[in-house]
Amino acid sequence: MQTRLIAQKAGAVLIALLPAATGFAQDNIATRPTFSSGYRFVEMTGEEIFANVCQGCHMPDASGAAGAGAYPSLIANRNLATSSYAVHLVVNGRRGMPAFGDMMTDGQVAAVVNYLRTHFGNSYTDAVTATEVREARR
Amino acid sequence: MQSEAAVIRRRDLFSLIGAMAGSAAMYHAMTSLGFASESPYKGPMRLEGDPKGASVLILGAGLAGMTAALELRKAGYKVQILEFNNRAGGRNWTLRGGDSFVELGGHKQTCEFDHGLYINPGPWRIPYHHRALLDYCRRLGVALEPFIQLNHNAYLHASRAFDGQPQKIRAIKADFQGQVSELLAKVTQQGKLDEAVSKEDQEILLQALRSWGALDSDYRYNANLGSAEFRGYAREPGGGLSPEPLPSDPVSLSDLLRSRVWRYLQSFARYNFQTTMFQPVGGMDMIGKAFAKEVGDLIRYNAKVTQIQQNDRGVTVSYVDTTNPSTTLHAKADWCICTIPLSILSQIPIDVGSRMQAAIDAVAYAGAVKIGLQFKRRFWEEDEAIYGGISYTDLPIRQIAYPNNGFNRAGRGVLLGAYLFEGANAYEFTAMTPTERIASALEFGSMIHPQYKQEFENGVAVAWHRVPFTLGCSGEWTDEGRAKHYRHLCQIDGRIVLAGEHASDLPAWQEGAILSSLDAIGRLHERVVKT
Repeated sequence: MQTRLIAQKAGAVLIALLPAATGFAQDNIATRPTFSSGYRFVEMTGEEIFANVCQGCHMPDASGAAGAGAYPSLIANRNLATSSYAVHLVVNGRRGMPAFGDMMTDGQVAAVVNYLRTHFGNSYTDAVTATEVREARR
Repeated sequence: MQSEAAVIRRRDLFSLIGAMAGSAAMYHAMTSLGFASESPYKGPMRLEGDPKGASVLILGAGLAGMTAALELRKAGYKVQILEFNNRAGGRNWTLRGGDSFVELGGHKQTCEFDHGLYINPGPWRIPYHHRALLDYCRRLGVALEPFIQLNHNAYLHASRAFDGQPQKIRAIKADFQGQVSELLAKVTQQGKLDEAVSKEDQEILLQALRSWGALDSDYRYNANLGSAEFRGYAREPGGGLSPEPLPSDPVSLSDLLRSRVWRYLQSFARYNFQTTMFQPVGGMDMIGKAFAKEVGDLIRYNAKVTQIQQNDRGVTVSYVDTTNPSTTLHAKADWCICTIPLSILSQIPIDVGSRMQAAIDAVAYAGAVKIGLQFKRRFWEEDEAIYGGISYTDLPIRQIAYPNNGFNRAGRGVLLGAYLFEGANAYEFTAMTPTERIASALEFGSMIHPQYKQEFENGVAVAWHRVPFTLGCSGEWTDEGRAKHYRHLCQIDGRIVLAGEHASDLPAWQEGAILSSLDAIGRLHERVVKT
């Protein structure tokens, strides 16, 4: 896709342009961000969606963060036991969690929910299908 | 649309009223007919009646909270404010050299901008019709200067059109007007508008199209010195024996349409972006600082609210000092004005009815990212004659905004190298580290300004979902959510009323925060003096 071509240009080479003073220890230079070209996300795999969307708030290790309010940790999170709850949250949002239903396809929602439910100390093997996400939108 | 006849009739009425009753009656008549009134702001607040020593606890020292504090103290209330940050202003915020901040996740950035250079990570422009905010700026002595929304010499850029070359706004605007005018003139002359437009009006329409679209005597939009006055020259006019000016070649209608750069033209047409726009001299936080000069003595900083309780006698707010969070502290008052963003308030236990609670829980917060970049020189001015304004692009950075001050100076300058608001890219940039965001802004920006790589020095990147005191940029209402919840959000619930941009019809604008606050304290005061 055209957006991927753009994404690949903005990679490790560029990091080298930055003066050392602005470097950050936690940076993973190998990670190349993906950029969508419109309102909807182009990332397709659960891993890609997590790394380009979810980790903005839930953080790269899914441990969440706290300021005046908090983003919950998704590590070994029992709320993920019921797949329909996770699907509902991604599609419709709740409180600080934005609704992603309009920005992701059924397949993308299923992919990221399945990724979360099998990573970060979660091991729920009953995978969600795109059809189930479609049902949840109604 | 208003018909000309109706306007003339009204105007006649006004001159009659003006002649007979004088200008005061005239103003009243115009206001009631909807002409002179542009803002819900009715001038400085007058809270009449004795609050009889009533106390108010305000949560949040942003513009909404400090507006309430300023007006309520003046009206005789006992006022205290709890603020999460160690500074006043909230999203009214400016980053300068030496400032540092830590985003959620722990990345600390220290701004390395040169003296006098800054970016406004939050609000950065003030429309002329935001009368309340402008009035507070005047009363608090905040100096303003123009914010340039439309610079004809900035760029519109589409990565897959015009071989990736950025186009001057001037040329795209002229060509769009010119090509549309030529097309409309053609169908007019072919008689295809005969049913819709009278013969007499068609003659006037043709004149208007020639004038507005820079058409030639045959109603064609061509390369000539007439169209060059609109879109610019291939060779600029000079003096003496210098070569004579040459016109530039317009872009074809098809190329224009397919480039889709026309979509950016609305950024200069919409009410909230029309000239004149303003910015405070020296940074947007001059407004927050001016408010804090008035009410700073009422603010307790580093106070993180953990619970909001009320009963029929008063309000008790639990909080911790963020520098010593082990002890829970309490603040009490008769009334509470809560300006805490809903992204945070929805996580705090609060004694309100189910309808207000549902409203608090219903509003998501927009993702937004701003990236400031310092360069060794103001190459956009020196090389490209771009003085202020904004270039728009379909690249993920979306915008490059040029400083609207310090024009034509030697030395360093700071660009806003990216401004993303809502949409996929805002999330993608938020998910990166600050260093990655800056690197991406440089990579994309250099497709518009190749000087980037040579001239870059340092940058800062603020992703609003990672800002600890808001967890997002602003309330992102849907039409459905607003219809269902907005009124419940704004009602006084017992002794608690909410205020802030999220409780306004101007979300994400400072004016919305202030109007919301004035409306809330007006209703609250009415209740207080009645009881």
